[in-house]
Amino acid sequence: MKTPAEYYMRDRQLHPPAYAPGYKTSVPRSPRQALISLENTVSEITGPRFGHSDIALGDNDLLMNYAATGESAIGERIILHGRVLDQDAKPVSNTLVEVWQANAGGRYRHKMDNYLAPMDPNFGGCGRTLTDDDGYYFFRTVKPGAYPWPNQVNNWRPAHVHFSVFGSAFAQRLITQCYFEGDPLIPICPIVQTIPDTAAIDRLVARLDMKGTIPFDAVAYRFNIVLRGRRSTLFENRLEGN
Amino acid sequence: MCDPQIYLHETASQTAGPYVHIGLVPSDTGIEIYTHELGRDIAGPNAGGERIRVEGRLIDGNGAALKDGLIEVWQANAGGIYAHPESNGEVEEDFRGWGRVIADFDSGEWSFETVKPGAVPGRSGAVQAPHISLWIVARGINIGLNTRLYFDDEGAANDADPVLGRVDPPHRRDTLIANRDGSGRIPVYRFDIRLQGDGETVFFDI
Repeated sequence: MKTPAEYYMRDRQLHPPAYAPGYKTSVPRSPRQALISLENTVSEITGPRFGHSDIALGDNDLLMNYAATGESAIGERIILHGRVLDQDAKPVSNTLVEVWQANAGGRYRHKMDNYLAPMDPNFGGCGRTLTDDDGYYFFRTVKPGAYPWPNQVNNWRPAHVHFSVFGSAFAQRLITQCYFEGDPLIPICPIVQTIPDTAAIDRLVARLDMKGTIPFDAVAYRFNIVLRGRRSTLFENRLEGN
Repeated sequence: MCDPQIYLHETASQTAGPYVHIGLVPSDTGIEIYTHELGRDIAGPNAGGERIRVEGRLIDGNGAALKDGLIEVWQANAGGIYAHPESNGEVEEDFRGWGRVIADFDSGEWSFETVKPGAVPGRSGAVQAPHISLWIVARGINIGLNTRLYFDDEGAANDADPVLGRVDPPHRRDTLIANRDGSGRIPVYRFDIRLQGDGETVFFDI
């Protein structure tokens, strides 16, 4: 029986630890026992796959996908785009990317969000797309606003867009958040600061991308995502080419 | 291309937060945008095997149920084959093997219906007992938690399972085994997941 080609071990120093007391909800929701390391089997190297029949044209357009006819969301119109690559810099093609965010005023369309900033009747706040053959994705949306949250009494989340990415394997599954270049709330956010590595934080910051900007329409931000890479196929502990 | 010695760093995880539903199950929070919401059908009507229901709660270190958690499910079909080209065969056309469920906003109970998976190959010729892989995200969880659900009516297969065999001390294996109740419409497997403290569920670095 062939042993499956494994994904590179996750570098947990670049990820936030489960227990990060500056982010208070992590205190009762973090395991106290060590994770048990599991060498990849077929259960981990496989994962769900998605196709164009799963999503509709326009699911990636948050400016319009909840808007009434002739209307669009209010706020700073942006294109949020980039590539999904693996650690070997290979494009991750045809993978599902899902996003969700607050509106331009920092209000989420969710019954648990009672922030006093108003809802935008033409903004839902979710989108999804498949990457193309080069691993490229894009969304049209409004830049989300900062919002306050109950942690310390005066904590504000930086503007951010939540990202969910699948890759090819259950082992690559990732949820993260994308921030925006130059936002002074980034370095003082307790959720951002759960990440111990400053370079890893910097990689979560989307860069203003004037080359992607459409004149008189929308400013662009570039956000690339890197998923775990993978070894060559192993057969009886011998490398079998690439 | 790039220098093969240079590897990119994996993008860092962040919590899914309390409003994860907006992005991943929008209709559950009243946002009707997608004509086809993903993750509703793990095993369609044509999928063979025993129909089962799995239910449980996510429980925090204070014994309270999480009412904002989300779980993704990944499993093989009844024949032990994953819906993926690197598995060992083909699956039924409407067997996806993947789904997502959320905890109820009031009770914290979650559940899904599927077929009981078959045994799948392990490493080096071993066989893995039937299991379902679960991935858990929520507010307060900074990086998704991986665990596995095994079945209490698969005692011999569980005893031989190489992954359960890695769990030490052995009594912690019990946290991965769901308990069958065959008294209802279809068999129900109960699987409470304890994030922290007494009876803490085993989580894996996969």
